[in-house]
Amino acid sequence: MTEASTIGVADTGVPVHEGGDVGEARSLASDAWRSLKRNWVFWFSVVLITLFVLMTVWPSLFTNTSPNEAILAKARERPSGDAWFGRDIQGYDIYSRTIYGARASILVGVFTSVFTVILGSVLGMLAGFNGGWLDAVLSRVTDMFFAIPLLLGGILFMSVIPNDANTPYFVVVGKVILVMGIFGWPSIARLMRSSVMQVKPNDYVQAARALGASPLRIIRSHILPNAMAPVIVVATINLGVFISVEATLSFLGIGLTPPAVSWGVAISDAIVASRTTPHILLFPSLFLCLAVLAFIMLGDAVRDAFDPKSR
Amino acid sequence: MYKYILRRLLQMIPVLLGATFIIFTMVFALPGDPTAGMCGDRPCSPTFIAQFKKEHNLNDPLLVRYGKYMANVAQGDLGTNFRNIKVQDDLKTRYPTTIKLAGMAIVFETILGIVAGVLAGVRKGRFIDQLVLVSTLVVISVPTFVIGATLQYYLGVKARLFPVTVSSEATFYQLLLPAVVLGSISLAYVARLTRTNLVENLRADYVRTAIAKGLTRRRAVGLHALRNSLIPVVTFIGADFGSLLGGAIVTERIFNINGVGGYLFQGIHNHDGVAVVGTVTILVLVFLLANLLVDLLYGVLDPRISHD
Repeated sequence: MTEASTIGVADTGVPVHEGGDVGEARSLASDAWRSLKRNWVFWFSVVLITLFVLMTVWPSLFTNTSPNEAILAKARERPSGDAWFGRDIQGYDIYSRTIYGARASILVGVFTSVFTVILGSVLGMLAGFNGGWLDAVLSRVTDMFFAIPLLLGGILFMSVIPNDANTPYFVVVGKVILVMGIFGWPSIARLMRSSVMQVKPNDYVQAARALGASPLRIIRSHILPNAMAPVIVVATINLGVFISVEATLSFLGIGLTPPAVSWGVAISDAIVASRTTPHILLFPSLFLCLAVLAFIMLGDAVRDAFDPKSR
Repeated sequence: MYKYILRRLLQMIPVLLGATFIIFTMVFALPGDPTAGMCGDRPCSPTFIAQFKKEHNLNDPLLVRYGKYMANVAQGDLGTNFRNIKVQDDLKTRYPTTIKLAGMAIVFETILGIVAGVLAGVRKGRFIDQLVLVSTLVVISVPTFVIGATLQYYLGVKARLFPVTVSSEATFYQLLLPAVVLGSISLAYVARLTRTNLVENLRADYVRTAIAKGLTRRRAVGLHALRNSLIPVVTFIGADFGSLLGGAIVTERIFNINGVGGYLFQGIHNHDGVAVVGTVTILVLVFLLANLLVDLLYGVLDPRISHD
């Protein structure tokens, strides 16, 4: 289950420090864990995220109705026992479409986050660890991509390679992931670079070098475990932001496009009808906001737990 | 100081060139027909395509094309869009509206954000602090287009408090609701940033000294702690102004505002590559200049930071 395992990376931001070989780092992590356990915000977001992941992996657990079953005669029906969230303009069951819509958002959020973390960390690590001309070049390249706002880049890219009705689902989703990854990595790279530059002068890194450890080994077992925590936190918060940007692109009609079922597409369709039947707009918006909120809250709680100053 | 500005301006050149090159490549080099959509639903005639290709140097290699394009941009010529209007003329008529909108959004988010942040910061851990923290998180997680559509419906259509759309004059009253929508997410960030920094600074020795020597708490917080806490906030607001000038795409679309964001969206929708590249080039330039201004402001706010 790739979905489950990648969620795990974002989910367990806590025990990152356990890979480190310094006793103090471990106690910081266990301290953080102790304060997280008592934080209702943390548990609230964990429960929400678990629910959304379940919807992504196994939507039929929540509903038996097909999201593509249109009953035009019942279009715009208000919430009832038959269709819990009512029906939209096309007569689709909104509850079912909202459940199935989670898949696109969560997939885009998780994979974009993983993509930006890998790309940003590698480039940030190269720049921060090597310094010199490589740092200068990589920092300028980072600046170039940083100068193009995420939404702007997304709109540009998606409008150049538009989808049509026959584009397969994974290509549609993949394109959104690709474009947001391309414009989303610079913040991670900057963060990684500065955090590597903080860790690098430490005595234990110098000691490892004096003992003849290769650069790769120094990075893998000394620098990375100690520089990764802020990156994981920001990546978790970004995950929420990516979901939100994906929905915005879909809302503008260029992100995910029908027949892909997504919250952004649903909201975009619902705007037309919002004046007479607001429930069509309400439910996908609510789920979208909850998903974004869950990831931002998780990142926020973990950051607070790791920050000794906030306690 | 002048040396610093000059150095920063020189550093901006490669970044600007790189960013515009990325955009240029994306619009003109990726698969996709640049003349698609230019002649309505029919395919364009071969003579038109040949002329278009010649006009935009489409037969040259990419780097040459980019060089020729940037040479024109340096002379203030952003090219003509497919309605045969110069892009810079279009932008000139639309920029005032967007600047007005972004300016109003900035004023809104700055005032309310700082007030909320200070209220939360001085009462850390109390009810109002929790309220600000939770409500800002909620605001951050609601995408702009949801806030926009909802407020437009309830305050504009149902309660009739605000105009639903914005006319081409874009009066202050018409722009009020869009500015609130545009500034809402940044408002949350400003409030959180102010709170975090204020909480940190309130524990600093110089605040304790100020109180010990007999200043009122109001004066110690307002004069000493707040001034230091606002430095990162100013950075954020400056960078935000730069991005609001381009990031208003969604808001301008919802409220039908004739600004740069709306222009950009139209250009993208009509596959008008020239208009898109021209607009984005200007947006990136504005963004970079705004960031430079912010760095210069640093020195004014915090005398410890000097640019010599």
